[in-house]
Amino acid sequence: MTNSQLTDILLRLGDDSLVLSQRLGEWCGHAPILEEDIALTNIALDLLGQTQSYLTLAGSLLENPQTDDELAFHRDASEFQNLLLLEQPNGDFGDTIARQFLFDVYSLLKVQHLEAQSVNTDIAAVAAKAVKEIRYHVDHSSKWVIRLGDGTPRSHDRIQKSINALWKFTDEMFISDESDNAGTKAGLLPDSSSMKTEWLSRIKSTLNEAGLTIPENVNMKSGGRKGQHSEHLSIMLEEMQVLPRLHPGANW
Amino acid sequence: MSKNLEILAASVLKQVCKVMDPELPFLTIEEMGMLRDVVIEDDHCVVIITPTYSGCPATDVISEDCLAAARAIDPRAEVRIAMSPAWTTDWITYETRVKMAAHGIAPPVGQSHDRAFLTGDDRLIPCPTCKSAETKLVSAFGSTACKASFTCLNCLEPFEHFKCI
Repeated sequence: MTNSQLTDILLRLGDDSLVLSQRLGEWCGHAPILEEDIALTNIALDLLGQTQSYLTLAGSLLENPQTDDELAFHRDASEFQNLLLLEQPNGDFGDTIARQFLFDVYSLLKVQHLEAQSVNTDIAAVAAKAVKEIRYHVDHSSKWVIRLGDGTPRSHDRIQKSINALWKFTDEMFISDESDNAGTKAGLLPDSSSMKTEWLSRIKSTLNEAGLTIPENVNMKSGGRKGQHSEHLSIMLEEMQVLPRLHPGANW
Repeated sequence: MSKNLEILAASVLKQVCKVMDPELPFLTIEEMGMLRDVVIEDDHCVVIITPTYSGCPATDVISEDCLAAARAIDPRAEVRIAMSPAWTTDWITYETRVKMAAHGIAPPVGQSHDRAFLTGDDRLIPCPTCKSAETKLVSAFGSTACKASFTCLNCLEPFEHFKCI
């Protein structure tokens, strides 16, 4: 695994949690109930903390080292390597929960492997912390999927619609390029095909309990890992980055 | 390590032990298990602290407070944040748990390695006000990253519970 491959792996971890964190932050003051307002923003905060650790490590590996803030605020959309799933707009509460659920289960499997591996002890330390937080996230989003799926006919139909709409972005989690393959070969990353099997079985089990189904014949979308994003990301970044770009190096 | 440096580290430790947790201002960072060590490196003190959660916004304030406290003794002192080993509620002592309860926060129950205790399911969190065991989890998230929200079904008081992690 080369330095630049390791940087890709770290940027993907950091960008996934950063983009999802920013999206969840948009719920602040808008969630359907107070407890959820607090829950979604707390999850956003956990993800932001994880972002700081991953981007700090990624930035230190660059030829011209950069800080976590520089990477977060001074890169354009095409330089972000997050999953397309995570930049999708919040939609309604069900859309947000469905997106969260599909990602949380994937993220837990990935980070559990990062915690257990001994190839990179810095990443293992960050993962050990993150894994405890992500367990709470999985619990939160899974219970909501069950509550909505097994709730009223209306809530059932709406969360099923959300799962159907987002399903096309799930394949991307398990597509490996050269950097991922090098990470897997070195033992840093889990094997993506066995991770997919485990992910699918966990997703199915929760959806079953919720009385929901996996949509069939979906045309899968990908490209986020290569910097090919939907227009949603640049609009989101514009808001996220405007202050540090207008006033570089500003402090308060 | 020379005798003088040993004494220096001991007095820095004594000083940083007094730093309070800004989000639980009746507890010190030492009582919270966040203060890990004071070591000597290149003839100056390094205070090692561990954040409770990756995104805990109090970490910055705690670092600054520790730095100020340590530099009052050793002007070259530094603060380092250690992620590993990851902070766990197991490091919160019995005495600290009693203090938490006295301040209306239900302390963590059980050991974090016990999965059944992790998510608040089928778990008995007694009300810190009336001590009733009839309580209900409202949300696994609360006013800070480390707390969950509960309601007592007996006295109807809402209260916070320090989550096992």
